[in-house]
Amino acid sequence: MRGVCTRSGSLSAADFYASAIYFSQRWNETNSDFPNWVWIPCSRLGAISEDEGYLVLEKVKLQTERNDSNLEELNNCDSSANDELTDEATLVDVHSHYAHLYDLHIAYSFTYKVPVLYFRGYKSDGCHLSLDEIKEELPSHSVEILQKSKWTFMTQEEHPYLNTPWYTLHPCGTGDWMKLLLSSTSYGENISLIQYLPAWLSVIGQTVGLRVPLELYSRS
Amino acid sequence: MEEEATKYIWEGAIPLQIKLHESEITSFPPPPPLMILGLRIGYLPLLVPPLKAHFSSTLPPGTDNVWFDYKGLPLKWYIPTGVLFDLLCAEPERPWNLTVHFRGSPGDVLTPCEGEESVKWSYINSLKEAAYVINGNCKNVMNMSQADQYDLWQSLLKGNMEGYLKISSRLKLGPFGEDSLPSEASETVASSRPSRIPVRLYVRSVGEEIVDIEDAPIIDSWDKISYINRPFEIYKEEGGYVSLKQALKSLLPETFNTNSSQEESGTNVKDPNAPDFEDDNAKLRLVRVQGIEPDMDIPFFWLANCLRNPEFYLHICVFISKQPKLR
Repeated sequence: MRGVCTRSGSLSAADFYASAIYFSQRWNETNSDFPNWVWIPCSRLGAISEDEGYLVLEKVKLQTERNDSNLEELNNCDSSANDELTDEATLVDVHSHYAHLYDLHIAYSFTYKVPVLYFRGYKSDGCHLSLDEIKEELPSHSVEILQKSKWTFMTQEEHPYLNTPWYTLHPCGTGDWMKLLLSSTSYGENISLIQYLPAWLSVIGQTVGLRVPLELYSRS
Repeated sequence: MEEEATKYIWEGAIPLQIKLHESEITSFPPPPPLMILGLRIGYLPLLVPPLKAHFSSTLPPGTDNVWFDYKGLPLKWYIPTGVLFDLLCAEPERPWNLTVHFRGSPGDVLTPCEGEESVKWSYINSLKEAAYVINGNCKNVMNMSQADQYDLWQSLLKGNMEGYLKISSRLKLGPFGEDSLPSEASETVASSRPSRIPVRLYVRSVGEEIVDIEDAPIIDSWDKISYINRPFEIYKEEGGYVSLKQALKSLLPETFNTNSSQEESGTNVKDPNAPDFEDDNAKLRLVRVQGIEPDMDIPFFWLANCLRNPEFYLHICVFISKQPKLR
């Protein structure tokens, strides 16, 4: 049933699809620093679905403690040496040598009727990061959220479409906090469900260090 | 009747013949396989203690990382044993021959299992999910006392049906589909909330040319199986009863219908006596629930109440064939 379900904090599969397409278009338009989100339709037994699938953002660098502190370290080193001898190219190379990359997927949960984030991290040699390694480099406020919140916790589950293990933020509390978010006055009363994903990602993104550009929240 | 069905399910077991993978045998002669019963409603990792006892003297040094395979296919440990059997053995194999490994779990394919705790967590999680499907919230499961959670799990481990039912009945998660009062879940539009049944569908496609399902080829990759974890929904106003066949068609819309004019609610309630649509993309070849092939006209709610697993999920294995397109 299509329609506004803001009072419950959840959304239908059709609305998820519409919001995903809207969100990915806006992101791709406004955010040239990051790769694009891509919609992957679900392919089942040879039939490609028209409106069931998931969003994919791959090989992205997140705003992690690690990346930030590496940058700081490099800056500190340079200031002690001769600034004029700083080689921009070297800075970038060393930085990306240490950077961990992430794949982020957003799929729909038919049980909880909310989006769910699935993610994996990789070292520069392509090896997968373990959950402990990922937690080590999350922003500190995110670790706090994860430890204290009864609403959000990280587990390893099977990806709903890919038959491989991924890390995920459990969706059982999402409806509750989305209900609060959508009913808050800053979003106004008549928020269209098209805006559901940007709103959802504004919270979820914080737990994994994904920066969401402000332009995404402006209604065009 | 439903009590008898519950008893049938709890007593159901698959005779297993489990051998140790040859790469892990360090003794001669090699140890014989272990013959053991796997509860249909149980999970393979729960068999590790007797397996370990049987094979420990021959294992190479190292830490245990247990996993199972059937003809080379690593088995997903969080799927109940009975479901794995119904799905992977088109022709029921008795005993079912499995291989156990104590080393080198394929981490790129299988989520790691750290023994009983992992299985328990996965089980409680499924129970929570089922509660959410049925009631719109998981409060009753979240609010279970530690003691109750412990007793519930122990009852499942030991196949103790009475013990289990004593605790699970307090969760008030069944029966499905009664014209019961709306739950106290939400103050919003309760009257138009549909009835939802937790369902997990496992779908295999079998070639049209395979006449006898039992000749279906062995599955060598989970990519050949579609797993659909989606509740079945029906609005009470739609009336009548929904047959198993109708329920399956509504859960697999693209598979069965060329027209996508279905309601979001997911049901397409038509005259149960109507002939098959000629424009269906696929044909149901075999449906198995708890090892039974139910009649396709069986009322779906009744089936769900009788044959669901203890965590309130109805697991259905479906074999389909694509229809050749006639133009």
